[in-house]
Amino acid sequence: MIVDPEVVGLSRLQFALTALYHFLFVPLTLGMAFMLAIMESVYVMTRREIWKRMTQFWGVLFGINFAMGVATGVTMEFQFGTNWAYYSHYVGDIFGAPLAIEGMMAFFLESTLVGVFFFGWERTTPLKHMIATWFMALGTSLSALWILIANGWMQNPVGAAFNAQTMRMEVTKFSDVVLNPVAQAKFVHTVSAGYTMGSMFVLSISAWYLLRGRNVEFAKRSMTVAASFGLAASLSVVVLGDESGYTVSENQKMKMAAIEAMWETEPAPASFTLVGFPDVAKRETHAAIRVPWLMGLIGTRSIDEPILGIDSLVDDAKVRITDGIKAYDAMLVLRENKDDAQAKAILAAHDKDMGYALLLKRFMDDPRKATPADIERAAESTIPNVPVLFWSFRLMVACGFWFIGLFAYAFWRASKRRLEGKNFLRVALWSLPLPWVAAELGWIVAEYGRQPWAIEGVLPTALGASSLTPGQVWISLGGFVLFYTALAVIDGYLMVKFAKKGPDGLGMWPPSPAPLPTTTQTA
Amino acid sequence: MLDYEILRVIWWALIGVLLAAFAIMDGFDFGVAALLRVLGRDEHERHVLLETIEPTWEGNQVWFILGGGAVFAAWPLLYAASFSGLYVAMFVLLLAFIIRPVGFNFREKVENPTWTHAWDYGLVASGVIVMTVCGVAFGNLFLGLPFHYDGDLRMTWDGTFFELFRPFALLSGLVSLSMLLTHGAAWVAMKADESIAARAATVARITSLIYVVLFVLAGVWLAYGIPGYAVAGPVVTDGVSNPMAKQVAVGASWFAGYMAHPAFWIAPVVAFVGALGVQLFVARQGFLGFFSSCLSVAGTIAAAGFALFPFLMPSSVDPRSSLTVWDASSSQGTLFLMMCLAIVFLPIIILYTTWVFRVMRGRVNLDHVRKSHNMY
Repeated sequence: MIVDPEVVGLSRLQFALTALYHFLFVPLTLGMAFMLAIMESVYVMTRREIWKRMTQFWGVLFGINFAMGVATGVTMEFQFGTNWAYYSHYVGDIFGAPLAIEGMMAFFLESTLVGVFFFGWERTTPLKHMIATWFMALGTSLSALWILIANGWMQNPVGAAFNAQTMRMEVTKFSDVVLNPVAQAKFVHTVSAGYTMGSMFVLSISAWYLLRGRNVEFAKRSMTVAASFGLAASLSVVVLGDESGYTVSENQKMKMAAIEAMWETEPAPASFTLVGFPDVAKRETHAAIRVPWLMGLIGTRSIDEPILGIDSLVDDAKVRITDGIKAYDAMLVLRENKDDAQAKAILAAHDKDMGYALLLKRFMDDPRKATPADIERAAESTIPNVPVLFWSFRLMVACGFWFIGLFAYAFWRASKRRLEGKNFLRVALWSLPLPWVAAELGWIVAEYGRQPWAIEGVLPTALGASSLTPGQVWISLGGFVLFYTALAVIDGYLMVKFAKKGPDGLGMWPPSPAPLPTTTQTA
Repeated sequence: MLDYEILRVIWWALIGVLLAAFAIMDGFDFGVAALLRVLGRDEHERHVLLETIEPTWEGNQVWFILGGGAVFAAWPLLYAASFSGLYVAMFVLLLAFIIRPVGFNFREKVENPTWTHAWDYGLVASGVIVMTVCGVAFGNLFLGLPFHYDGDLRMTWDGTFFELFRPFALLSGLVSLSMLLTHGAAWVAMKADESIAARAATVARITSLIYVVLFVLAGVWLAYGIPGYAVAGPVVTDGVSNPMAKQVAVGASWFAGYMAHPAFWIAPVVAFVGALGVQLFVARQGFLGFFSSCLSVAGTIAAAGFALFPFLMPSSVDPRSSLTVWDASSSQGTLFLMMCLAIVFLPIIILYTTWVFRVMRGRVNLDHVRKSHNMY
């Protein structure tokens, strides 16, 4: 049966909004956790009180953000089941495993030790507390690893095969799923983006203190940590972003072509369109400024391999849909009689294309009845939104280069001990939103660019949705919009309030002359 | 690799363990949140109450997250059918889960009584909703849920949100609520300053009595008033995971398993012994009182799980579509791999969780609260 297109559309909107929202908090958690661990390590090594206070102060802001990350993360785990039930059934055998492993290996570690981070300062030794902070930070990054292994499999579904008896994909080789090159590239790119965001957060707020002449000792030390960590992270995010781009060109040719607005295959090595205005109707890019050879070098790391344009890829899709229909037909035969040798042979020959036949399910119940016009339509549907991808990608990359420049300059100033400098500090302050812009755009490139697929080449998004009524999804979508907006306002208000209060306003630094209250503990 | 049949039973048991772990570990957090305005008479006392759970609730909640992930990985059909079928209920549950982390963190961040009280009631609501909705959902399993599959194994839901509020399901919700309120109160009796602890002990003794009455009532109702499900014909325990390959008969007894395996009775007995322990110990020996409550929670969940076995999620409109242990699992390879990982990681989790609870040991009083106030 055909899933109601309204349900699919609303579910996609809800997933995108909740994922983008969740992703406002996660990268900051990733980055801040490591910065806290670094600051606390300096404290444990030098026993200078200011480093402990730095860890605690940035920890307060980390805590606000962490709460939001945890709160919005539960939604993500629920949503595969609530809104994407057929997806969950179809790929749960593979996709569920990394999510469960994430819980066991990473999220448990991070969530259990975060309690020690906040409440354990007086209850255990500084060394043990520091070790707990490091494991908390490790947990956050391991968490990203397993989530991106799951996501990497959506982009490049390796190590699995279709089973007609259970109507789903099943694991054939789990090590392929874990060692998926796409997942590895995405992991390093994403955590580096998080480290960059954490560094920018500390850098910008510290810059604000210095502009106001407040918390000077505190801010300078924080900026030095942020500049060093941020430089390493931003270099890594761009270099490994390139690695990520390379793996995309290997297995998601359509996404690559859409990002570059490559309407036709160019002779190798292809030129890179720096800017331009992609025109979807005419299939051309107006006012394009091109850099010769660059695209071919980035995408194929060679000068003689061509990068396929959108037109050729649509033609490929038509062939794969036609072959996929054969596989679909064989699958139906096998469902009735699992020992039919002829059907087995056909399915084995074309099972890589069966997902393409499922593209037709958006338009008709039985793909076997597709006319050439239907196939044409389904093939056209494999083109993602070119202008959105084109611009998202370029803005994200521009942010990346900006981060390298800013952190390199900050690092240089920090090493010269010349962090004051009004213009530099203002630029550092006003760059604060950019890591969020870049991270959200990165999500759009990666996930919106994957459309129309939920699992590239295997399961179209439209087929993965649950059989819900539009009313149900309207209720949840409306609820999320209201609830999340209220939380965003509160979160923003608290972040600004506590950043403004600062270590001085919170009585954390300089140390107050008043004695701390005495401890009494009954067993 | 182990037999498919054995792996499925292991994963059935593991999901039960995770569910019990969630109810035991996070159940008291929800119980405390729900009782926040009952046990805490002023802001200082509420502060103390929250401080008994704040350092550890986050890790405790992961038992739920892990449970969800494990159901996804090991029982994808169950995950897909239950989450999408119970769509609106899941959304309500989700909101309760969202409000908690921010509630704990945000309530003291603005010094304004209205602000703090608003978050308090948010926390109370989250506790009550989660405890009740989970119980109602479990109760509905015994009544069967309105869903069926087509040939592509796409599930269609044939009911509405309000149909979930059937009397037996509501009773199950109350069993769960009274059980976990007891659990939360028993935690406070062990963990908070003596004056609050004494009040909590009284609450625990009352709610635990209510729990016993409701649990017995639910058992009698289940035995005499609710038709059970049974797999009809030959039971294939190591076949492919496709629910449509079997036949199901309705009208049997949910206690058939108990009749065939008398050892099952241990579960409800443990639940009652636990409730008795709460009565005896909660006022004077905090740890024993709380431990008894843990027994009662684990016993209750096991008792329900044993009754359902081998069913995971029966279908009331098309019994053949019912999900059972034998036809709703992942592939043998995935079950085996995940079992190995669970064997490695669960002990590690228990190890560092124990360490954290040790670091946070001792009753919480106002001095602790003053000292940690600034950091969180």
